[in-house]
Amino acid sequence: MEKYYGKIKHINNLLETKQVSCTELTKKYLENIETVNAKLNAYVTVTDSIALETARKVDEKIASGQRLNLLEGIPMTLKDNISTKDVETTCGSKILKGYKPIYDATVWEILKSQNAVLLGKTNMDEFAMGSSSETSFIGGSLNPHNADYVAGGSSGGVASAVGSNIAVYGLGSDTGGSVRQPASFCGLVGLKPTYGAVSRYGLIAYASSFDQIGPITSNVEDSAIVYDAISSYDSKDATSQGNKGIVSENELTNDIKGMKIGIAKEYFDGIRVDVRESIEKAIKVYEELGAEIVYFELPQIKYALPVYYILACAEASSNLGRYDGIRYGYKTSNYNDLNEMICKTRSEGFGKEVQRRIMLGTYVLSSGYYDAYYKKAQKLRGTIVKAFKEAFKVCDIILTPTVPMTAFELNFTSKDPVETYLTDICTVPVNIAGLPAISVPCGFDNKGLPIGMQLIGNSFNDAKILNAAYQFEKQTYAETHKEIEIGVRL
Amino acid sequence: MSWELVAGLETHIELSTNTKIFCQCTTQFGGEPNTHCCPICIGLPGTLPKLNRNVVDYAVKAGIATNCKIRNISKMDRKNYVYPDLPKAYQISQFDKPLCEGGYISLDSGKKINITRIHIEEDAGKLVHQRGDTYIDYNRGGVPLIEIVSEPDIRSIDEAIEYIEKLKSIMKYIGISDVKMQEGSLRCDVNISIRKDGEQEFGTRAEIKNMNSLTFISKAMEYEFNRQIDIIENGGKVIQETRRYNSDLNITESMRGKEDADDYRYFREPDLVTISISNDEIEKLKNDLPELPDEKLQRFIKQYSLPYDDAILLIKYKKVSEYYEEACKNVQNYKMVANFILGQIFRRLPTEIEKEDCFVSISPQFLNELVLLTEKKKLTSNMARNALEQMLDTGKPVKEFVSESDMEGIDVNALKELCENAVKENEKAVTEYLNGKEKAFGSIIGYIMKQSKGKADAALAGEIVKEIINNR
Repeated sequence: MEKYYGKIKHINNLLETKQVSCTELTKKYLENIETVNAKLNAYVTVTDSIALETARKVDEKIASGQRLNLLEGIPMTLKDNISTKDVETTCGSKILKGYKPIYDATVWEILKSQNAVLLGKTNMDEFAMGSSSETSFIGGSLNPHNADYVAGGSSGGVASAVGSNIAVYGLGSDTGGSVRQPASFCGLVGLKPTYGAVSRYGLIAYASSFDQIGPITSNVEDSAIVYDAISSYDSKDATSQGNKGIVSENELTNDIKGMKIGIAKEYFDGIRVDVRESIEKAIKVYEELGAEIVYFELPQIKYALPVYYILACAEASSNLGRYDGIRYGYKTSNYNDLNEMICKTRSEGFGKEVQRRIMLGTYVLSSGYYDAYYKKAQKLRGTIVKAFKEAFKVCDIILTPTVPMTAFELNFTSKDPVETYLTDICTVPVNIAGLPAISVPCGFDNKGLPIGMQLIGNSFNDAKILNAAYQFEKQTYAETHKEIEIGVRL
Repeated sequence: MSWELVAGLETHIELSTNTKIFCQCTTQFGGEPNTHCCPICIGLPGTLPKLNRNVVDYAVKAGIATNCKIRNISKMDRKNYVYPDLPKAYQISQFDKPLCEGGYISLDSGKKINITRIHIEEDAGKLVHQRGDTYIDYNRGGVPLIEIVSEPDIRSIDEAIEYIEKLKSIMKYIGISDVKMQEGSLRCDVNISIRKDGEQEFGTRAEIKNMNSLTFISKAMEYEFNRQIDIIENGGKVIQETRRYNSDLNITESMRGKEDADDYRYFREPDLVTISISNDEIEKLKNDLPELPDEKLQRFIKQYSLPYDDAILLIKYKKVSEYYEEACKNVQNYKMVANFILGQIFRRLPTEIEKEDCFVSISPQFLNELVLLTEKKKLTSNMARNALEQMLDTGKPVKEFVSESDMEGIDVNALKELCENAVKENEKAVTEYLNGKEKAFGSIIGYIMKQSKGKADAALAGEIVKEIINNR
């Protein structure tokens, strides 16, 4: 058990005590990517030369006797919608095939300056629209626990890579659950920080008022370490506020006696029985840890799905207007005029799900429909924000399932898009309200697939949910984690 | 049947902030194509806008100077449309909460043209058509603009032109734009309709888009006015549409009808936060404003005892008004300074641009010296005029053209002698004058001026000549 616990600190120690060189370590990861990726399809691009070059720098630093930053020399990955200068960034879409950004996203700028070893860019649902990563132009990423199931989405590639030990950690993006859901499917920790805690600069937008970058890690401590590194005020992002104080060691490991954990019954409607039972067990664990369980109602979350799909699609329809084949990315080869060029480029370059959401979003913003859809959804968004504010008057954090079920079988999502949208029910309310939430493993179903539990915090109470997650993980690690016999062994 | 023109203007003015509205790129006009650009203003995926606060301040100044109310809380919106010069496929603009609302501008007649709103937005790039191909230059993309929307209060082409000139003058005064129409930093859309004299209802309007010259605006309005009269008088109906002015043919032509009008799908820009401006900030900006054209006009009339017509011409161009005030230092005869500027100097500045830049070859101090000398009667007005011409030709001070002896002038005795001589030499003119021909008198004075090489005081000479003739 101790072997995986606090992985980043463990590797940092191996490096600093020269038990392994960063180059050896990096090579190990790159070799494993070669074999594992063929099975799981986690990576879109592998950046071996960048990784080895950074590793060399880190080794020099170690050789010269300098101390390492915690994230220095740690092999990691970025979801393929986080801009990396000179490294192809496709967003899982044919329309961005070959697109190499000329600048770095702020989160990558931060990690790069700390000599994070970038192994590559990981797979995702096209433009982060999907729940299985299967809408990617290279197909879905598979679940390390069972390759007949998906890794989830949209940050499926990150979860697949971290879950199969071919990256220590990764950054994903969460618009409606895209970090938490794949973390839940793959038995990992996925943190969606408070909106504004992490800079969005360089994150290719899906729905700007919902998008937030967050880490997927194998354990809670790593999540806190990465969150601390990436959450700082960024003048390039007008909505950035930073994390308002980093998570201290104490804050993370404090006991949680007396912490009020809220349970809203609405979060349990339509939840698969085994998932519900697993969550109920988790509630008991918290009781044992001395937390106070508070029951309350949150009827407003029944609006969450329509509100989310209307507003996110509206923003997406605008955000994705720029992909016209003129400046970068894919461009159709046969056309007679400008109009035809743009139409064909977009029809050929975007996949079905993206086209569906662009059309939906365009529709709800159109004159004549704006009031009935967009405007109403905005109002309801306010209602949901208020409801959460009220809830946090009676509790410190809210505990819910992350997803109503465990990982989907392959091709489940393409059969019925609406059925798939419904599975976002537990994750989207948080994005609507801009709140922090974390998914933590809390058990397995009878097929051995992981079940995830979600902890929601009040605005900028990211540390509090990390703390509660940490205590739960510590208490339940043996039952909630399973060793996977692939990837890098350390 | 008499028809009345009804027009409202949408005026786009580029602000002269150092950097663009959402990034750090320069706003300088021109430059090699696509060199004043960055990932943000070319809308690369993942980039985010950051509002340049100076843009808000500039727009608020424009609002205060045009008597608008300023909103304490405002926001930016996305206006979605597809065009290659708009790299994000949306323009960040303001929809339902513009920074400034409900102002007006006074015309010289005293009539007020009401201003509906002023909002801030980003400019688009430019398409360049060359060698049968189309290229895009994004240098202009992201340059801050204000759009000033007037009510349909304009009733003639002259009013429209005067309104634009007033706007230009105000913007120049408050220093928020160089308002160079030829560089596109002021562009106008004109909404125009007609109705029968005395009618209350407005007719259906056509919008003529994107004109950047007063001549074009005036010609386009004239054409459009007549086009609409023709349609109605021939039993037709004006349709609501967007038109463009074709300057080669001097016509307006249809771009698209109402049914093809863009649905801009406005919604709040989620990448930017609420813009708040406190009353204290508004007050501070108000106090920072320089004297406005209307205020300066009143002051000029009072302080320099100028006739209205002179004052209005001097204040129209901020730099000219400053030149005038410099040249007036320690002067008694303010009117003389005005006459020099509005006469000889303006003749050398035939275009609006030259007047706006006040491109005069001599400094106001040189003009001031000339006026002071003239006031001390050391120069006759005739000598002063000649000297000014030479000064303007060469850019040199008055002393270069008028010698000490010239400045001494002619004493009264010498002048009397000259006059007596002139009467003797011009008997014919004297007779004609006595027979009531005023012109003949002028030729006598002309003779004296010539003899004195312009040094004689023409007024005094006139008196002396009259005395001599009357005493004969």
